[in-house]
Amino acid sequence: MFKIDPARVDLAREFKAKPYGEHSPDLQAVLTVMRGLPIEGKHVLVMTEPHRQWTLARMTGRPPKPELLSNHVFHSLEEAEWFVFKLRWEQITGQPLPLD
Amino acid sequence: MTVLMGYADQVSVAPGETAHFMVSCDGPSRYRADIVRLIHPDGGPDAPPFQEEVIATAVNGDYEARVQEILIGSYGEIPTSPLFDALESFTLQAMVWPTRPGRGRQALLGTWSEAEHTGFGIGLDEAGALELRLGGGAGNVATLSTGVPLMVRKWYFVAAAFDAASGTMRLVQEPLGGSMFHNASPVVIEGHTDLQPTAGSGPFLFAAWHGGDADGRLRTSAHYNGKIDRPRLASRALDRAEMAALAQAAPTAGMASSTVAAWDFSRDISSEHIHDTSPNCLHGQTVNLPTRAVTGHNWTGEVMNWQAAPAQYGAIHFHEDDIYDAGWQPDFTLTMPDDMKSGAYAARLTAGEGTDAAEYYIPFFVRPPRGKATAKVAYLAATATHNAYYNNVGRFTAPLTELYQGRITVMDGTDMLPLDHPELGLSTYDRHRDGSGVCYSSRLRPASNIRPKGRLWNYCPDLFVVGWLEHCGVDYDVITDEDLHREGLDLLRPYSVVATGSHPEYYSKEMLDGMDAWTRRGGRLMYLGGNGFYWRIAYHPTLPGVMEVRRTEDGTRAWIAEVGEYYMSFTGEYGGMWRRQKRPPNHIAGVGFISQGFDASAPYRRTAAAADSRVSFIFDGVEDDVLGDFGAMLGGAAGLELDCYDAKLGSPPHALVVASSENHSNVYELVAEEVAVSHNATDATQNPDIRADMVFFETPGGGAVFSTGSIAYVGSLGYNGFDNNIARLTTNVLNRFLDPEPFEMPPQAV
Ligand SMILES: [Fe+2]
Repeated sequence: MFKIDPARVDLAREFKAKPYGEHSPDLQAVLTVMRGLPIEGKHVLVMTEPHRQWTLARMTGRPPKPELLSNHVFHSLEEAEWFVFKLRWEQITGQPLPLD
Repeated sequence: MTVLMGYADQVSVAPGETAHFMVSCDGPSRYRADIVRLIHPDGGPDAPPFQEEVIATAVNGDYEARVQEILIGSYGEIPTSPLFDALESFTLQAMVWPTRPGRGRQALLGTWSEAEHTGFGIGLDEAGALELRLGGGAGNVATLSTGVPLMVRKWYFVAAAFDAASGTMRLVQEPLGGSMFHNASPVVIEGHTDLQPTAGSGPFLFAAWHGGDADGRLRTSAHYNGKIDRPRLASRALDRAEMAALAQAAPTAGMASSTVAAWDFSRDISSEHIHDTSPNCLHGQTVNLPTRAVTGHNWTGEVMNWQAAPAQYGAIHFHEDDIYDAGWQPDFTLTMPDDMKSGAYAARLTAGEGTDAAEYYIPFFVRPPRGKATAKVAYLAATATHNAYYNNVGRFTAPLTELYQGRITVMDGTDMLPLDHPELGLSTYDRHRDGSGVCYSSRLRPASNIRPKGRLWNYCPDLFVVGWLEHCGVDYDVITDEDLHREGLDLLRPYSVVATGSHPEYYSKEMLDGMDAWTRRGGRLMYLGGNGFYWRIAYHPTLPGVMEVRRTEDGTRAWIAEVGEYYMSFTGEYGGMWRRQKRPPNHIAGVGFISQGFDASAPYRRTAAAADSRVSFIFDGVEDDVLGDFGAMLGGAAGLELDCYDAKLGSPPHALVVASSENHSNVYELVAEEVAVSHNATDATQNPDIRADMVFFETPGGGAVFSTGSIAYVGSLGYNGFDNNIARLTTNVLNRFLDPEPFEMPPQAV
């Protein structure tokens, strides 16, 4: 099975530059792992102001419901994608991503 | 926190007709209602601003708030009868196929009352084992369990015999045969009690227990998940051979004197009726639409159509999360004024203040007066599709969502409603709690996702088309799928142009026939969406506001129908994709579903065919080759769900593909129905079939069809104040389609 290589920081850079749209095959493999995480504990976004503000949340319980993490508020979806990418990178590889 | 929601009993009303509005408001003591006409949805920063106008009506005003309850969960109900009350000894029996054994106590059949501790019944105990309950009034209860749980999704014969004279209780739990190996044991167990059950106030129920009264409605509890087939009631304790005789489709003559009821669920499958074949006529009805036309214990696998062998479809599949009609009391009633303009409307509810403020829209459409059109253009509101998506919860709870969407799952405030209030029920995109697909969806309940603001999907972006028509200043009528289903060609006949919304996915045969007939008689169709004309649905023949879909052998499916359950119960029609029933979307629209992706949209590029004089009117004043590299739905006009031209599937040979989208991302995968043998060239970076085709073709009666093949398209119309190439070319099409000058079919190319 494919494993994310924490040395491939280049893929993180690629994602940060373009979170949506066509990705390289190597980045796509990374995203498939991240996006395929189980629903329990998965991060989601709650639109707290229509099309203008999104708050991070985590799916908890059974059936799962979003629990707001109110200290993480975003004003663009790209910003939110990058934040969650970094969280997942560390969660999956065990190593923090050395990028801001 | 304020919880505000409601629904209307009508989705489409003509002037002079009446709609009732039902509201539940938890928190504040009052709420306000205003009737509004919707002019433009809230499409975010890349779309024109939200626009509605308050319509002064008699119902606008403040109302006293109250909480109304939804009693979810299906069951069968046989009214109270002295025949039940007179029983001393009895036998209860049925074939059962449990889908959630071990998940709480679940009722099978009987008069047992959880509220009164009266009557008798068999069910599954906490562990999923067969259990008999006898009640002699509060706290006076006798139970007997086999102690062996039933296995999930396995047919069993279950029975309880009670002999009043000796106080003997006997339970029989026997797995039925089949081709699967298993080690489920047959169990017979006996017990003794001095208790004699007493009659309570409740009816005889299947799949739920009487739970008392809920403001005049029956409260039920201990809902069963699974199938029940051939339920029987006898007036004495039968031995095993007699039980077998009673379990026959037609119980043998020797059983007649002791048979109280022998229900046959294979009768009247399309209805809510429950038929008792015994002379006692202990008939009843189902409540909250459990699934019918499902395979029974004796299904051989040799027959797929319940109408061909109803005796093999004698089961009903009950679910604790089935719902038909919320059954609320009306809060206000609006008779549409005679001069009410046809359009998209809503009852806008507001309550609470500050952080407790809540807003809720109950949408409805005002059609023109019956038998009359007030414009040459009709906007066809996709109420069937809206209905299919009512309270789509699976989108948020399925682990796959983020993979196929290619982005973090986004929800908004109203999306949360069915998560916090599961009694609102599910959409046809969901699975029941027992894993089976939800094949019925009713609009007689509040919906979280049918509103003009928030996450852009379906009803909300459909309003971009309304906004564009408003901007064009053209007169238009609004008609709905339900009107088209009922009235067919008659409804469409007066119109020159019909414009769809972003995603008219669900079509009954009546709807498709009406649309087809109209396009052959000079009608001009503007299909402004993606993945349209895709699933075949049925509306219930008598019950209002409920549709059925069976996600059968092929297609992009949120669930897959059980094998043998492909024919719809409401009408007996074969369910599934229109493409598998000789009428692919390509026939009517020129394009058909090819891919979906939700990370980014892309523009179209004009093709060489766009230079054909047949389509010069489309590009009048449009110089750009790149079309729609902007928009409110992921930044482009081609995205979310895409349709392409495919001659093999019946796209017209004379159709012109005037523009095609390009450069879609890895997230856009070929749809399942296009993949016969698995391979890895299925995403848009590898597969040239993945694109939206903008298509035009003439029809024989002087009409024409213009299709965009993309859900995102409508989100580009309003960009830059409607000053953009997508709005321009779409308006060009509208104007030419309004021109009575007939379109000529081009001669066959030789
Ligand atoms: Fe859809």
